[in-house]
Amino acid sequence: MSGKIVVGYDGSEASNRALDFAVERAKSQGGSVMIAHVLEWSAYSFLTPTELEERHKRRNEELARAKEALMDPTVARLADSGVAVETSIKYGHIANTLANICKESDASQIVIGRDGETSLGSRVFGSVASTLAQAAPVPCTIVP
Amino acid sequence: MFRNLTYTASAAAGLAMTSAPAMAQTLDEKVNEMFANSTGWFVNFIFSPFPGTTFPWIVMWLVVAATVFTIYFGFIQFRAFAHSISLVKGDYSDPNDAGEVSHFQALATALSGTVGLGNIAGVAVAVGIGGPGATFWMILAGLMGMASKFTECTLGVKYRNEYEDGTVSGGPMYYLTKGFAERGVPGGKILAVMFSIFCILGAFGGGNMFQANQAHAQISGVVGDYPGWITGIVFACVVFAVIVGGLKSIAKVTEKVVPFMGVMYVLAALVILLMNADKIGWAFGQIFNGAFTGAGVAGGMVGALIQGFKRAAFSNEAGVGSAAIAHSAVRTKEPITEGFVSLLEPFIDTVVICTMTALVIIITGQLIQDPNTGLYLLDEGGATIQTIDGNKGVALTSAAFSSAFGWFKYVLAIAVILFAFSTMISWSYYGLKAWTYLFGEGHTKELVFKIIFCVFVVIGAAANLGPVIDFSDAAIFAMAVVNIFGLYFLMPIVKAELESYMSRLKSGEIKKYA
Repeated sequence: MSGKIVVGYDGSEASNRALDFAVERAKSQGGSVMIAHVLEWSAYSFLTPTELEERHKRRNEELARAKEALMDPTVARLADSGVAVETSIKYGHIANTLANICKESDASQIVIGRDGETSLGSRVFGSVASTLAQAAPVPCTIVP
Repeated sequence: MFRNLTYTASAAAGLAMTSAPAMAQTLDEKVNEMFANSTGWFVNFIFSPFPGTTFPWIVMWLVVAATVFTIYFGFIQFRAFAHSISLVKGDYSDPNDAGEVSHFQALATALSGTVGLGNIAGVAVAVGIGGPGATFWMILAGLMGMASKFTECTLGVKYRNEYEDGTVSGGPMYYLTKGFAERGVPGGKILAVMFSIFCILGAFGGGNMFQANQAHAQISGVVGDYPGWITGIVFACVVFAVIVGGLKSIAKVTEKVVPFMGVMYVLAALVILLMNADKIGWAFGQIFNGAFTGAGVAGGMVGALIQGFKRAAFSNEAGVGSAAIAHSAVRTKEPITEGFVSLLEPFIDTVVICTMTALVIIITGQLIQDPNTGLYLLDEGGATIQTIDGNKGVALTSAAFSSAFGWFKYVLAIAVILFAFSTMISWSYYGLKAWTYLFGEGHTKELVFKIIFCVFVVIGAAANLGPVIDFSDAAIFAMAVVNIFGLYFLMPIVKAELESYMSRLKSGEIKKYA
């Protein structure tokens, strides 16, 4: 077992709680942390011709923004924590893609936050946390 | 895609004109006169029949090309059909490329440019003149057209321009110049310029004015007659907001609703067919019988054949070159994969959707037959088949669907408006690509084109511009003359791509991800 903990991270309060939790665990167990950010994307969505033309450019911009605005500051913040930190930015269905990241990086567990809301929306469509609880290939911790 | 409907458009626009302001009328007359005088020869040339027949040579040009490509690529549309579907499903897409344009997205966008009035109104015109037999020839031409699309879209991706900022531009103008240069054949640049000019004209006409015109005809058919310029201004504002203002929300809504409408249209047709399941065998009998005997239609078997071929060619735009522009943004290392995906386009457009329209019209008994002989009765002019309420064009389709579901005419009206809108957005892009090819990229240059485009929306909805529409239809098919001429020179390049890809697919070098 690699002792690598994947954290689903989007910069929200809840995801920061999850990250702190994961860093604490990694410290005590001597593992590492992978901060994973997934940009919601479906290959079956519909775009206009102009959007098609600019897609590659926009994708590069989105990846750069996620790195600069989200990942870089977070990695800098954890620099003194003494825990090895990796990052991963991917496109796709959020829960499924996080599950795939766990598999590909040979992680031992995944940690995600939840905001505790039980809105109608998440009841009907399900939330990332509840989907991962069902589908994660490794033990899944949901931090409230 | 548009030509067959011209007379319905003119008639509908004529009604609108009676209530349009006098100023527009004089402008309309001036424009008509100017166009008729200066462009009539061009229209007549493009749509002229072979001597001694009524068969337009441009239709033969498209059908012969489709046949040549079908044979040259060894019936690629059947051999690669299953592989095409795997590609669209994303089975061969690298998950690390997620976030880039997928095969599905390129196909969906190209389809929203071709699925439109041709599938709803055009088929009704074809069946109304050529009888059920026209359906047989339409399906045959649709199946052949798949090979034309395959050829042009492969080239579209192979020779697209990829710029440093990550945007792409593709289409016949690029493969004509680069492909010809690669093969050492002169004249590519001239063909590319000709193609671009015709593409701009076609975008203003068939891709814009005609759509606005038919959308207005549909709206006034439901809510009552009112001046067309009102529809025109509303449409122009929305188009302006999308293509100039970059208002993505409207485009996004349309892009989501259009496929939904398409699926709903096919489902409604299927339900009607199931409700009349006992007549399906009879309907196919009518189609096969009519295909080879004509069953009393004007021109007999040849009349049915011309109508079917025309409808297919004009509906799916195979060989016109427009699809090559839409398909070229896909993210793939293998240009040929987009060719495979694009061959599904004529299949969905013509073999599925157009056939559904035709079957519903036939099966709901809209066309009047002689009870004794089984031949179709012609109306007074002797050109078209008598229908129950004398309906033609989109009204015939509407009547056929409404005979099963009374409310369907409202759904159809909304579908026509949305299809018209999405076709306009697509053609504004095709026209813009041709425009920037000729005049260069640049904000002001592009803005000029977009504003002219919006002005034409108003003109198209407000006026009865028969000659202008004729001319722009002719321009769309002139695109096919230039494009197919180029494709004949470039098809060995596609063949080499195909052979290389197929051998690597067989050896397992190209592997599935899913």
